[in-house]
Amino acid sequence: MSQLSSKHLLGIKDLTPDDIQLIFETADNFKDVINRPIKKVPSLRDITIANVFFENSTRTKLSFELAEKRLSADVINFSSSGSSVKKGETLLDTVNNILAMKVDMIVMRHSSPGAPHFLSKHIDANIVNAGDGTHEHPTQALLDAFSMREKLGDLAGKKIAIIGDIIHSRVALSNVFALQKMGAEVMICGPATLVPKYITSLGVQVVTDVFEALQWCDVANILRIQLERQHIKYFPSLREYSLYFGVNKQMLDRLDKEIVIMHPGPINRGVEITSDVADSQHSIILNQVENGVAIRMAVLYLLAGANR
Amino acid sequence: MQKRLLLNSQHLSITISRLCYQLIENHNQFENTVLLGLQPKGIYVAERIKAKLEEVIKKPISLGYLDITFYRDDFRRREEPLAPNETKVPFIIEDKHVVLIDDVLYTGRSVKSAMDAMGAFGRPAKVEFLALIDRAYSRDIPVEATYIGKQVNTVLSQKVLVELTEQGKKEDKIWLIDNSKK
Repeated sequence: MSQLSSKHLLGIKDLTPDDIQLIFETADNFKDVINRPIKKVPSLRDITIANVFFENSTRTKLSFELAEKRLSADVINFSSSGSSVKKGETLLDTVNNILAMKVDMIVMRHSSPGAPHFLSKHIDANIVNAGDGTHEHPTQALLDAFSMREKLGDLAGKKIAIIGDIIHSRVALSNVFALQKMGAEVMICGPATLVPKYITSLGVQVVTDVFEALQWCDVANILRIQLERQHIKYFPSLREYSLYFGVNKQMLDRLDKEIVIMHPGPINRGVEITSDVADSQHSIILNQVENGVAIRMAVLYLLAGANR
Repeated sequence: MQKRLLLNSQHLSITISRLCYQLIENHNQFENTVLLGLQPKGIYVAERIKAKLEEVIKKPISLGYLDITFYRDDFRRREEPLAPNETKVPFIIEDKHVVLIDDVLYTGRSVKSAMDAMGAFGRPAKVEFLALIDRAYSRDIPVEATYIGKQVNTVLSQKVLVELTEQGKKEDKIWLIDNSKK
């Protein structure tokens, strides 16, 4: 198989295990490309991609832009701040105006869950979801699973703990779908206030003791506390969160095994993870960033091929 | 469908030997020359050339694998995206003499893509091209091989099928297949 089953990447939920495997195999080749002296290939030279970001983003936007440029696509960037969105223009009107400029693909981040799904029903261009509200962030989950596969080999039977602010995270849900499709076991860990009640229905274990999660897992994917999404107090203070749910070096030293530490960034150093853990030899945080470009190149390449 | 045998194991072995001696005439001890096999089947031909050359000149020869998938000009014009293969160029090609090796030369487009792909690894001093089978009079672009194993005249309905033991076949056989005849 050399083609994705869908012309859009809206979420991991819609992908088959074969799709994920195809994306990984293609990304393996792109990882080789981005480590060459000349890191660019001409594959998408006849494609124009619009990065439409209705929410702030640094690394995801940079990573997509780099991936697009490494594939030789023409790139335009749109951010909602200072745009006609502030004047009351609808999402569909904004995107249709961009498409009228002969754009082939849209990479979109939006604060509303389902926004890219809505667009996919109304426009012809390929859509890549770069994060929709607290719903999904498929390319982050793919790069996370790709990084784990690189470190541990086959993910089948591996134990992955996702620790932190689950309820506000779009990464967590995509991670759960991706890892389960690759045959891994998933555990969720965090304060009860930050773990959604439906999560057990996805077939994951839930614990509130971080050390228990660390003892169980092969990989700890530690998520950021998303203070900007918290409109009520979910825990008394950052200091208390750090004391009860932060991962530090003493905890790792107490384990009778080595585990892999991951974090999708940006890191709140000293809150969910201490600096000595984030920068330790167990951490593959920077590998995740590097792999992000290869995974996004693979996704864009495969979707562009599907849109003839 | 009609099949005509172009080369069997014995003929292939003789052809590989002749190509190697032609290479040695031009590259002597291969001090400044490297081989690049084109994925997927060119690498098998390149491996055989390397083995024979090493047997004759009694020194190791550098061989890399080059995949052209991301450099092809027919991406998005095919039914499905192309699946890439491994690229392995574990040496510097800057200022080297490079011999690109492929199994079949047809339209010439793969060779053009290979030249583009090779550019990602540096600027060679000189590039030559070795094709095991040259389908004459079928070029879309002006590309010719420097070294040719066997030249055959073909028409559009014909195809060259390369079967090698490296692909799990019992013996080497290179066929000319004509799909227009029953």
